Amino acid sequence: MTELPLSATSDAALQAAPATKARGYWATVGRRILRDKVSMACAIVLLLIFVSAILAPWLGLEDPYKGSMIRRLRHIGTVGYPLGTDELGRDMLARLIYGGRLSLVIGILPVILAFCIGTSLGLVAGYVGGKLNTAIMRTIDVFYAFPSVLLAIAISGALGAGILNSIVSLTVVFVPQITRVAESVTTGVRNMDFVEAARASGAGPFTIMRVHILGNVLGSIFVYATSLISVSMILAAGLSFLGLGTKPPEPEWGLMLNTLRTAIYVNPWVAALPGAMIFAVSICFNLLSDGLRSAMDIRN
Amino acid sequence: MLAYIARRIVYVIPIVISVALVCFLLVHITPGDPLVAVLPADASQELAAQLRAAYGFDRPLPVQFGLWLLRALHGDLGNSIATGRPVLAEVMRAVGNTVTLAVAAAIIGFTMGILLGLIAGYFRETWIDKLATSFAIAGVSVPHYWLGMVLVIIFSVELNWLPAVGAGPNGSSSWAWDWAHLKYLVLPAITTSVIPMGIVTRTVRALTGDILSQDFVEALRAKGLHETGVFRHVIKNAAPTALAVMGLQLGYMLGGSILIETVFSWPGSGFLLNSAIFQRDLPLLQGTILVLALFFVFLNLLVDIAQAAIDPRIKRG
Repeated sequence: MTELPLSATSDAALQAAPATKARGYWATVGRRILRDKVSMACAIVLLLIFVSAILAPWLGLEDPYKGSMIRRLRHIGTVGYPLGTDELGRDMLARLIYGGRLSLVIGILPVILAFCIGTSLGLVAGYVGGKLNTAIMRTIDVFYAFPSVLLAIAISGALGAGILNSIVSLTVVFVPQITRVAESVTTGVRNMDFVEAARASGAGPFTIMRVHILGNVLGSIFVYATSLISVSMILAAGLSFLGLGTKPPEPEWGLMLNTLRTAIYVNPWVAALPGAMIFAVSICFNLLSDGLRSAMDIRN
Repeated sequence: MLAYIARRIVYVIPIVISVALVCFLLVHITPGDPLVAVLPADASQELAAQLRAAYGFDRPLPVQFGLWLLRALHGDLGNSIATGRPVLAEVMRAVGNTVTLAVAAAIIGFTMGILLGLIAGYFRETWIDKLATSFAIAGVSVPHYWLGMVLVIIFSVELNWLPAVGAGPNGSSSWAWDWAHLKYLVLPAITTSVIPMGIVTRTVRALTGDILSQDFVEALRAKGLHETGVFRHVIKNAAPTALAVMGLQLGYMLGGSILIETVFSWPGSGFLLNSAIFQRDLPLLQGTILVLALFFVFLNLLVDIAQAAIDPRIKRG
């Protein structure tokens, strides 16, 4: 990564220099991102949303499932219902916080699954090369022939509504993208001298992939995967919005947006709240991913 | 150049066949019987078998695929189970409305994106750049179906300036270029344009920054070229890549319009897809996805060829 000056003096200086503990790559990246204000602000917002979603049952909130016909569609700021109530009289604050549980899982899990599958496929394709590479990469090309939204909707439309189907369809959308990135970084590393050296010393392909290649490519693949979380959140909630994901009465942001759509003439701003949550999570992940990318680009 | 085009076209053929295969298989990963939508609940076994034979569902899969592909090549994508009308005609009528929406959104999104990107790239690391970049990030992070709802709330519910749903007065679905129809296009087009706006801004900004930091720009300035002249060089160098990104975005707008068309009840291909999914109208689902995916494949082909045509740096051998 870094270029060393090639002169005799620097060699001598290197040997004469006192032994200092070199800071590792990841420690440097961590320090750089901790100093980035935007990334840290986003991390805090995300942390708040995550923690409140996890701790929702212990926060003393209203029951997110309990409706009441007499208090339907209360406005924001109503006493007792700070964010109003939905079309069935359920407390919006409770539903938005509880909604984070499902929304975050169905938005993030596909990327995690695709990260595992795509990294393995790309690593094997990139390292083994030859016919196996052609077979894997040409199959991936077929999925690139579909716009990602269309592919997600085609698969979950064919499989039918449901949380599991929505996770499966989004995983299928992201696996090709991650595989392509993983394959290209692996191809870049596989012919480097240290891999050659490992091979010459008798290491098997599995050991080389695990020890020598994975460590060098995982960072770039990981950053790429984090940039997909935002899209995944939007698409997962979008599938629920269409009625292809979560089913009522579960609190989930996309589905809430869908059921509240009928109320936009009565109580427009309450109807827009679940979307604001999706937006907040999505933009924070995007900015955090950008921050991570520039923190990892040590050369600058 | 001709050899390059020929090679690109040959490369598209296996892709087209695989896309057809994926669309064909979609119907066969569906749980349950595709006949459920047409069969009355109390249908006899014979009637079910008869219909199964009529739709060809009783033959082995490879045979079904071969026959389906052969008929598709002749423009026959079967009939919609729900309406009984030919799928291709239904899809093509809807695609027209989607193209109208996508082109309108492309004009807004690409113009904004190019302008913002050029300005941000030129004034890198200043507050202008930061403003344009945040605009772009908001554009790519916003759930566009929600943005559509918010725009409806502001401009239809609160201000009552623009219609909330539909594609024309009196629920008409035939498009015309007059204000009465155009009014219906404004909100969906703006909503569709935010993602391409964000992506084009980011691309053009990065390209502009890279080009301006190259040595030849320094040389141009040293020779006394005006900044407008420098800008011309920037645009010339950025055009091929920017064009490729915009082509891809146009494809995404055409194929990924289902969410926005659902929000605005815009009678395009996405709206059709939505009703096909919920009526379990599998031939229509299959046909719509096939047509949209093929559109996307050919658009990519066109972009590649156009890029090779305008960029002398691409080897065409």
